[in-house]
Amino acid sequence: MTLVRVLFYLMSFIVLASAVFVASTRNLVRSVFIFFITLFALAGLYVLALADFVAITQIVIYVGGILVLILFAFMLSGKETLNTLQQHNSKLLSIGKLPALLLAGLFLIVMLNIVWKADADNLPWIKQAIATNAVITPNALVTDNIGINLMTRYLLPFEAVSILLMIALVGAAHLSRKEATG
Amino acid sequence: MITLTDFLTVSAALFCIGLYMIVSKHNAIQILIGIELMLNAAILNLVAFGKYDSLNNSGQIFALFAIVLAAATTAVALAIILNVYRRYKTIDPGEINKLRD
Repeated sequence: MTLVRVLFYLMSFIVLASAVFVASTRNLVRSVFIFFITLFALAGLYVLALADFVAITQIVIYVGGILVLILFAFMLSGKETLNTLQQHNSKLLSIGKLPALLLAGLFLIVMLNIVWKADADNLPWIKQAIATNAVITPNALVTDNIGINLMTRYLLPFEAVSILLMIALVGAAHLSRKEATG
Repeated sequence: MITLTDFLTVSAALFCIGLYMIVSKHNAIQILIGIELMLNAAILNLVAFGKYDSLNNSGQIFALFAIVLAAATTAVALAIILNVYRRYKTIDPGEINKLRD
């Protein structure tokens, strides 16, 4: 059992445990803050998959952007919803959650079956990648390669995403402005 | 050495937790968090497979795209949630049952 493996188990335990806590806690503000930990641990998992740049982007965009946005909306949407929702939740504790638990559990069983049957480590293209040395090694310069690929091979999706971001920005600003005339 | 199956197992579990949150929660913001969990499970898969493509980096680049798209989705969804709260004084999706007029 190498150190990488120990770190992987640690990170995935933190991810899953904090995600379960987010899903199960009664306190809504706390669930948002625990979601921070889930995202940080996920960034750790990305590092273990040798994707440093994606991990940094995850921290900058998710933790810095999305979570602050969620907290912002949370604070703007008033206290009385929190109270009524919490009473609602405690009343429907066992009966109301049962179908959701059943659905998620059965879905998990199906997906794990698929994952173990698919046997992803022995796929033909993965074996070919290992044979032709196309696997990313821990000391490779991945970020340089990502920058070059982003500006050459993936230029069209990059531009499409940039246009979509602008549309989303305009749309969000339009939706959240105060209504002037009915 | 971490195998692909390990990553896929973790991401399957994360996906199901997100699914549970989406189905069971009575709060639009928590449903949004569930969607983010499912998106992160998908991104984890992209990154795990992207390890086997050092030439084109397709997995990592599309993981980046997915993160950016998630940010755009969240911004629009939160604007919608704020609007809904302004109109209904609640963000329980079960109680929102009228259109504009």
